[in-house]
Amino acid sequence: MQHLEELIAKAKTAIDAANDAAELDQIRVEYLGKKGVMTEQMKQLGSLPKEEKPAAGQAINQAKQAIQKHLGERKQVMELAALNQQLAAEKIDVTLPGRNNLPGGIHPVTRTIERITEFFGELGFEVKSGPEVEDDYHNFDALNIPAHHPARADHDTFYFNPKLVLRTQTSGVQIRTMEVEKPPFRIISPGRVYRNDYDQTHTPMFHQVEGLLVAEKVSFTELKGILHDFLKNFFEEDLEIRFRPSYFPFTEPSAEVDVLGKNGWLEILGCGMVHPNVLKSVGIDPEVYSGFAFGIGVERLTMLRYGVNDLRSFFENDLRFLKQFK
Amino acid sequence: MKFSESWLREWVNPNIDTAALAEQITMAGLEVDDVEPVAKDFSKVVVGHVVECGKHPEADKLQVTKIDVGAEELIDIVCGAANCRQGLKVAVAMVGAVLPGDFKIKKAKLRGQPSFGMLCSESELGMAESADGIIELPQDAPIGSDIRDYLALNDVTIDVDLTPNRADCLGIKGLAREVGVLNNLDVTEPNIVTVAPSINDELSIELIDAEACPKYLGRVVKGVDVSASTPLWMVEKLRRCGVRSIDAVVDITNYVLLELGHPMHAFDLSKIAGGVKVRLAKQDEPLTLLDGNEVKLNSDTLVIADEAKALAMAGIFGGEGSGVTSATQDVFLESAFFAPLAITGRARAYGLHTDASHRYERGVDPELQATAMERATALLVDICGGQAGPVTVAEAPQHLPQPATILLRRSKLDKIIGIHIETATVDEILARLGFSVEKQADDWLVTTPTYRFDMAIEEDLIEEVARVFGYNNIPNVAPVGSLSMGEHQESQLPLSRLRNVLVDLDYQEAITYSFVDPDRQALLFPQAEALILPNPISKDMSAMRVSLWTGLLDAVSYNLNRQQNRVRLFETGLRFIPDQDAENGVRQQAMFAGVITGKVSEEHWDLSNRNVDFFDLKGDLESLLAVTVDVDSFRFEATEHSALHPGQSAAIYRNDEYVGVIGAIHPQFEKKLGLNGRTLVFELELDKVVSRQLPAAKTISKYPANSRDIALVVDEAIESGKIIKFIQKIGGNQIVGVNLFDVYQGQGVVEGSKSLAINLVLQDTDRTLEDKEIADAVDNIVSAVKSEFNASLRD
Repeated sequence: MQHLEELIAKAKTAIDAANDAAELDQIRVEYLGKKGVMTEQMKQLGSLPKEEKPAAGQAINQAKQAIQKHLGERKQVMELAALNQQLAAEKIDVTLPGRNNLPGGIHPVTRTIERITEFFGELGFEVKSGPEVEDDYHNFDALNIPAHHPARADHDTFYFNPKLVLRTQTSGVQIRTMEVEKPPFRIISPGRVYRNDYDQTHTPMFHQVEGLLVAEKVSFTELKGILHDFLKNFFEEDLEIRFRPSYFPFTEPSAEVDVLGKNGWLEILGCGMVHPNVLKSVGIDPEVYSGFAFGIGVERLTMLRYGVNDLRSFFENDLRFLKQFK
Repeated sequence: MKFSESWLREWVNPNIDTAALAEQITMAGLEVDDVEPVAKDFSKVVVGHVVECGKHPEADKLQVTKIDVGAEELIDIVCGAANCRQGLKVAVAMVGAVLPGDFKIKKAKLRGQPSFGMLCSESELGMAESADGIIELPQDAPIGSDIRDYLALNDVTIDVDLTPNRADCLGIKGLAREVGVLNNLDVTEPNIVTVAPSINDELSIELIDAEACPKYLGRVVKGVDVSASTPLWMVEKLRRCGVRSIDAVVDITNYVLLELGHPMHAFDLSKIAGGVKVRLAKQDEPLTLLDGNEVKLNSDTLVIADEAKALAMAGIFGGEGSGVTSATQDVFLESAFFAPLAITGRARAYGLHTDASHRYERGVDPELQATAMERATALLVDICGGQAGPVTVAEAPQHLPQPATILLRRSKLDKIIGIHIETATVDEILARLGFSVEKQADDWLVTTPTYRFDMAIEEDLIEEVARVFGYNNIPNVAPVGSLSMGEHQESQLPLSRLRNVLVDLDYQEAITYSFVDPDRQALLFPQAEALILPNPISKDMSAMRVSLWTGLLDAVSYNLNRQQNRVRLFETGLRFIPDQDAENGVRQQAMFAGVITGKVSEEHWDLSNRNVDFFDLKGDLESLLAVTVDVDSFRFEATEHSALHPGQSAAIYRNDEYVGVIGAIHPQFEKKLGLNGRTLVFELELDKVVSRQLPAAKTISKYPANSRDIALVVDEAIESGKIIKFIQKIGGNQIVGVNLFDVYQGQGVVEGSKSLAINLVLQDTDRTLEDKEIADAVDNIVSAVKSEFNASLRD
């Protein structure tokens, strides 16, 4: 059987010398093909004596398997090499930016309004909106600010005519809601308001969120409680907060709320118990119902929250400013 | 209201420092805006006497003086003030003194003359912004004494921002009362003497409109020296309350106003013809005011008149013709109660706002007139001399406000505040406030003093109790409410969903003013009538917007000017269209608008670097509309719009309702609006796009889909969108997809025509389609398109 050993050795040498899959296949055909060397060996079996045939056949089969195995191994090596070559060729600079479509952002004022409405929405406050060009009844009279009330002069109102204004507060939405719906009320109304004033700390348009809760038994302690929770949530820290007596024609008692900032107390919202005249003006009996209302200055809160220094930057729409709010 | 702390402390002197006092009154609802020292820091400034004063030999404007400061020797000081003269008592900054601004006084030579100090003006001591000359001290000022001590300059001006209801605190008297309440201290009033009449002169007073003026006190004072100078203590008190000294008579009335919170007026007696009449003005009645302005009065304005003419605008402003001048010898003093409703709004109507009108329109104590009259008379006689006549009182008591009697119920107090404040505490608070109380079982029947005319209803008393108790002593409690679920409508898209679509497509949300430049708006919308603000901040903020485009394009231009060349913005908000059928004549409609300009993407190593065009914006808009589920209900149709490129603008319809418009800004406006090349805009009526259909799920077919491509040649003017919609409509249920995948013009296609390559997807829910069925369906479509659009199949 010496020659089988030689054949295997020769085949292995040839296999090892093959450069590619085609050469390898040629070797396979040469040795293992129908007319290949090993088939030839099998054919010669016939000339052997009967008792030698099984052993010789087994030997040939083993030789075939050895060549087969070596071919397989060699093929694997070659495939791996080819794959490695492909991978090497396909290497990219993964630090290059992707073909992106990066998102823009909502305006910081909208962002604050969305947060506020979310906080109060969880407590069952429903969002209401109303007109910005408003009649003096809804902006003033119904809110217990009759004509010639000094508070009217304080509002720097934009008048179209004596009966028609740009709303100075979103409180008119309270009135519009209470006129058509029945208590209890839990509403919140964010929106644009207008005052005829323009300097470093005033813009002629800004945003307010007005909140109103009217039910059979609503008290000042609860007004304090809800605003305390709100501010704690809004700033996500336990800022020092104080309730300071103030005056609004539409609330009694009234308060302003200050938070202690780096440079002292900062006024951030006005609030109070709904004035009985306001309830009466929409046909609600103040002996049965009571309520509280609050008005939050959105820009002021946004400035505090995100460190915005200049109120006017909210309405310049400079992309370099806006893009900071993703 | 500005007031001097030391003046307040003459009335009531709590044992707390300035900061604690300011905090205390702030927390009582009298918000302190500012606390300023009445003089800045300085040292070594003393009272001196000008012994000699002569001309400087070398300089016309300088004087050489010798000053006695109580030392052994007189001091040489060169002074440049024109009012420096021999005999004057002055403020002398000695060598070694440090004046405000770290200004050190050293020995000096001025044009050859030695100078060992400086004679000071108010501005040099930080007591005033500017000054005309050096301070002139009273003759009895003790030589050598420290100026800070002599003028009591260790004092502050406290500025309180009083709310309109607290007019009772518009004077030291009222502030002192409040501080007394807060500290549980008695208030020491100054001794206000009654001046006995020494002459019998009187003027008759007639209250013609007694409702508007239910009480008027007048008094003649004859032989007054109006040239007398106001004493320094009064000048200083006025100054520390923010009032400039004018002349003695004016200063005295201002002093009473600040001290008692009650306005006074002084007339020149000789200018009053006959008696005084308080009446409404005749329409257009002329009056020249003290500031020289001539006004024509409205008939709702109350005036003080004599037999012939209006003399003054009651409670607002004096008249020039009847005012006190240097020639005045006899004066007529007025101390009146005017009803707030008769004054309020009037000053504003003439563009006026005075210390008197500020108080009268908020209200003054109806029992204070006599006190104010006596105070003013005593000061006048004291400072200017003269003989006072008796006080003439005209009164219509039925029109005077009466003290309010209000029942404060324990049940209401507890309900509104939310906690039970002890009865003894409530009793004490009401008593400290000067309210007289009659206990009725659990309740309090409260009669308020005349100066607390802001007390009208039970809630006013509740606020007083809560305020003095301290808001911060009231606990925070979470509200209790019924857990009733609100109504929710799935078919209404939240606005935030629409916003987020554009945000995810790299848009920034903008917020622009609702009022815009009328000229820029008219450029884009020449036919649109806009609501105009009669009193805008400025003309370019005077027209209410009829579209969000004007503001958005301003924002684009603003950014382009700041090297931000790729701009993608959107905004939501109201537009304002005059409309007689709408409430208040204005249709206020929520809009959703956007704008893009510049490159498709930021600079990128691989992405396209071209400028945006119509289809970029349209694609974004399609993404936006796709959140409505029934996206097929929208269609785009070529349109014309005043602001847009005639060949690149489309109206957007939902079913057959107009919902908005998209297009390129007309190139002729680009330069005028500060734009830089192609700028695309869209605007949608929000309420027409926020509704969406609820999904109605269909069974997914288990059978294979078949795809067939056809190429149709049609006239180039035919809108491809119409053909697609048409195929979708006539294709039947088996056509599940119609996709336009190529538009071609050029070789092989007749000129004036275009080839549209369309992919059709056919599928049935119940079975596999036969080839023949598919072929028939495609043929049907082709022949329908042929007859509808004169289309042919491309070979």
